[in-house]
Amino acid sequence: MAYTLTPAEPEQFDAQSTHGDSDNLWTLNFGPQHPATHTTLRIVLELDGERIVKCLPHIGYLHSGFEKLGENLNYNQYVTIVDRMDYSAPIYNELAWHGAAEKLMGIELTPRCKVLRTIAGELGRIQSHLLCIAAAGLDLGALTAFLYGFNEREVIYDIVEYMSGQRFHTSWTRVGGLNMDLPDEEVFVRMVKRFINEQLPRGIEDIEKLLNRNRIFVDRTKGIGIISREDAIAWSLSGPMARASGVARDIRKDEPYLCFADNWDNQGSPAVNFKVPIMTTGDVYARYLVRLEEVRQSIHIIRQLIDNIPGGAVNVSPEGKAVLPPKSQVYGSIEGLIQHFEIIMTNRGFIPPRGEVYNCIETANGELGYYIVSDGGNVPWRARTRPCIYINYQVFPKLVEGHMVSDVVAILGSVNVIAAELDR
Amino acid sequence: MKSTDVIEIAEPRMTLGDQFFLPQVLVGLGTTMKHMLRVWTGTDRVIQYPEERREDIPVVEGGMHRRSYRGVHRLNRDEEGRVKCVACFMCATACPAHCIHIEADESPWEDREKYPAKFDIDELRCIYCGMCEEACPVDAIELTSLYDIVGLTRQEMVFDKSKLLRVYDETQEVEPI
Repeated sequence: MAYTLTPAEPEQFDAQSTHGDSDNLWTLNFGPQHPATHTTLRIVLELDGERIVKCLPHIGYLHSGFEKLGENLNYNQYVTIVDRMDYSAPIYNELAWHGAAEKLMGIELTPRCKVLRTIAGELGRIQSHLLCIAAAGLDLGALTAFLYGFNEREVIYDIVEYMSGQRFHTSWTRVGGLNMDLPDEEVFVRMVKRFINEQLPRGIEDIEKLLNRNRIFVDRTKGIGIISREDAIAWSLSGPMARASGVARDIRKDEPYLCFADNWDNQGSPAVNFKVPIMTTGDVYARYLVRLEEVRQSIHIIRQLIDNIPGGAVNVSPEGKAVLPPKSQVYGSIEGLIQHFEIIMTNRGFIPPRGEVYNCIETANGELGYYIVSDGGNVPWRARTRPCIYINYQVFPKLVEGHMVSDVVAILGSVNVIAAELDR
Repeated sequence: MKSTDVIEIAEPRMTLGDQFFLPQVLVGLGTTMKHMLRVWTGTDRVIQYPEERREDIPVVEGGMHRRSYRGVHRLNRDEEGRVKCVACFMCATACPAHCIHIEADESPWEDREKYPAKFDIDELRCIYCGMCEEACPVDAIELTSLYDIVGLTRQEMVFDKSKLLRVYDETQEVEPI
């Protein structure tokens, strides 16, 4: 499909169009600046009256060369960039990136780090789903649900700030560990428990009360933007988009990582227990309900882990020459000091094996993967992203065609488009 | 995936009452009213920002943890009040945003060879990732809990050595090295 509209193209639309003749078609530019477009993206709509005949998304308005930067920054530095891809919940981008880097270097994380990363990942999922659920109401004119959703997100920011040092772009993970251990484990546990046991269920209940059986909301979302199970597989959708169409696929179950795998601490601990919600209707309403249930499952996962955070070190041993030694070693021993310099100096740095690796995790929007080609140097030779939103978004024209203009916002919200990841 | 791992969600049943708009409007109104009461009774958290600040609230109730927060940088002083930095360029190397510019010179003191003649951090370019702090081998550069810095020009936001040392003087009481 062409990216720009040339005078010849409306005729092509005509050939496929089933509505009216081309004289009556009207072109509407939706975006790039519009509050409901979820950041800077542009959609060109061909309208027959108020019905959409043809939809042509234009991408690239937020292109910032993230993938190229990955070839210039080392394995630790690039985490500050992946943070900015899907910024509705930055932490799981970090988990995916460093998951790939650790797979490349053959590093096995410590149990404590695995548990903390899993908890943070689930908090990230809640964070992203809250945005999507709340914005679903906002796009259709229900501002209150949006405010309640953001109330809860605020608490997640506080927790994330406590464990990483910053509220939003956390840069929390490092190769083989984290940038710091929890300042005080007891305080962290209390914060998380208070959030998942008291604050979040109350907020979710409020959103549910406002939207779930609200006839205006249901009328606007039910039967809108339907995609069948076969199509969802054919377009390689992932995440809640696929699950709302009845595709039972979740990387956390199919290719388990971190605490989702059995025997994650090498002492025979079972994988965390949770269920994968699916629906078969595949419309906007189904995606909303699936996301709502996934928030509950995430709460369930965090509850299992929060009481048994294992002790011990959070970073892998500095012997492996991948993590910075603790400051006491840097000041106290010449080996520590040498290794500290070796990791940071650009002509030394990381020594990964030559080769390529792909690692994916289940994020709130689907399968986010990183494909690294390494030539053995300090920086990746190629750091390719498998963006879940970009691949989910390609089905968007198919979803909106035949619907009204006002349904575009509802469908856009249910795909949860974040343009920064779309364009990279 | 095992079939036991999957739950199929059913759509909520719309009762006859829900078919008419009014009962749901009342339920929604009730929910919002409940929130309004919570704000009045103080259960819902509202921070009146400039008067009330997160630094003064306990961490568990949503306050800020000064030690781990990553805000404006500072350059630490040693016991004699000299700048601790030895101009090794580690922070400038580790910085992913390339916002640290150092010019090294021969040190006027006997206990070290180099010291930074100039040390500029572009606070507008900085992304506050904290990698300079991690990289520093002498605990000279640190991120403080200050976040509300302002400047009228871009040049004002490029913090030089004296300004960074001044940040240390201001924050050393609440955040010792």
